Amino acid sequence: MNTAVLDFERDVVELEEKIEALKQLAPVGQDVAAEIVRLEARAAQLLRQTFAELSPWQVVQLSRHPARPYTLDYVELLLTDFVELRGDRLYGDDPAIVGGLGRFEGRPVVLLGHQKGRSTRDNVRRNFGMPRPEGYRKAKRLMELAARFGRPVITFIDTPGAYPGLDAEERGQAEAIARNLELMAQLPVPILSVVIGEGGSGGALALGVADRILMLEHAVYSVISPEGCASILWKDSAAVPRAAEVLRLRAADLLRLEVADEVVAEPLGGAHRAPREMAVTLGAALRRQLGALLALTPAALLEQRYDKYRRIGAWLER
Amino acid sequence: MNWWQRDPNEPAAGADDKKSVPSGVFTQCDGCGEALVDGELQQQHGVCPACGHHHYLAARRRVELLLDPGSFVELGGAIEPLDPLAFEDTKRYQDRLRAARQGSGYSEAVLVGLGRLEGRAVALGVLVFEFIGGSMGSVMGERLARLFEAAAAQGCPAIVCSASGGARMQEGILSLMQMAKTTAVLARMKRRGLPFVSVLCHPTTGGVAASFAMLGDLHLAEPGALIGFAGPRVIEQTIRQTLPEGFQRAEFLLEHGMIDAIVPRRELRATLARLLGLLLDPPVEPAA
Ligand SMILES: [Zn+2]
Repeated sequence: MNTAVLDFERDVVELEEKIEALKQLAPVGQDVAAEIVRLEARAAQLLRQTFAELSPWQVVQLSRHPARPYTLDYVELLLTDFVELRGDRLYGDDPAIVGGLGRFEGRPVVLLGHQKGRSTRDNVRRNFGMPRPEGYRKAKRLMELAARFGRPVITFIDTPGAYPGLDAEERGQAEAIARNLELMAQLPVPILSVVIGEGGSGGALALGVADRILMLEHAVYSVISPEGCASILWKDSAAVPRAAEVLRLRAADLLRLEVADEVVAEPLGGAHRAPREMAVTLGAALRRQLGALLALTPAALLEQRYDKYRRIGAWLER
Repeated sequence: MNWWQRDPNEPAAGADDKKSVPSGVFTQCDGCGEALVDGELQQQHGVCPACGHHHYLAARRRVELLLDPGSFVELGGAIEPLDPLAFEDTKRYQDRLRAARQGSGYSEAVLVGLGRLEGRAVALGVLVFEFIGGSMGSVMGERLARLFEAAAAQGCPAIVCSASGGARMQEGILSLMQMAKTTAVLARMKRRGLPFVSVLCHPTTGGVAASFAMLGDLHLAEPGALIGFAGPRVIEQTIRQTLPEGFQRAEFLLEHGMIDAIVPRRELRATLARLLGLLLDPPVEPAA
């Protein structure tokens, strides 16, 4: 199942492989069955123990886990009638952001999300989930469509950041991001954002100005990657785990800082170990949050969203 | 040493006595290398008289450059930074803040207030690059929010002169969210029919470029200013090639359609006055 195993997952995965191998032995004798039960208990305990003491850097690695469900996986698990809509009508179509119309529990919505690739080839096409301006402008176009037809917007955030490339700069990466912030601040339909993996800086925020910000338990959201932070402040790549710690980028940190509104629990061991279970939990959270937002008039919705952002920050006034 | 680490526009010792140019006080122009007498550069608002290179202009000097004398009233000067993450890298954020305050003579990375530009009421914000690289944290976010609110309340245009490396990473996610905050308040002001002019100075990158600085009704840039989302070093590391000459400079942005005009500093005040008049003044009946 797992295409890759993180070092702190290895012991558990090896145990599980051993259990699998034992199960393949047929017929299973009394002693082998007992051994399987014992090993299963041990694997579960080891998993609980590992996940009870995850360091921030380990959580960053989990948020980038190559087997973690991506936007299109959740689309598959949570939406029906999904039709992908492509192109920014200005220059091109950026596969690092996907968007479209679909139904969430029967209700038509506009869905947007960063999209990473599963294989190397796919990842090259998706640019590792790092959008160019076309991606943000496609998202903007689809949000305007949502407003025109009164459809709520759901966005899934999962990007290392906006692409820092020559072409992206030539075509106005900063402007493209800024325009989305401006539009999302004023869009008269409910916006729900879920950080499903990596929330990388401005490139994430460009899909993340929302009425409610949900974070999966092992997702992260940060102003800069731990690698970038370590390189600038410590000038030392060995400081990456330390940077991950001081940036306070975990879901629980964002809840405490009143940026995230809800943390959605992941299955034990992370979303990649049970994507369906994850989708069910996330679906329930989305249903609850969307229900509350749909009860508001567009004016009240915009007022509430404005207040949320107007307040954000920590300062002192003498 | 970078030019901005030592404010070229603060009067040098003995500069009060206008007749005596202190001998031996020379600064090399970053553009042409010409040795310039400090007072000479001050008179030109940091623009090299030999080559026209625009050096960093300190925020208070820029306020003087743009506003009618004595008209500036600061807003939000009592808003001060906190350390919400108890951030510590090789230095404590608290210590960096203290050093920045002492070194720059500013209380944070933006100076905002109301004043008059050739008689017209305006709300003006100027970023302070020498304060932790003009980085946007909670204080910049709140001060700019107050500025845009004040503009909306007064019914006057807003101008922000940017110079920033981006978000203040020592405030973590809260600094990122200032992009959304400043944008939300600015959008409200703009919806009232009030213009926002973004003046892009060297350098304007990262979270500042990707929020209010790129949301002007008008974008003016100073000659040679570096403007972009990602810094040139990050881009070079990503694409593993050297960037072309002039990449991300104001002239490059003009060519690529991202700014309205490049305005030399000595023309900035008059250009702003003219543009605001063209946008806001009632039409004059043609003489019969
Ligand atoms: Zn020169």
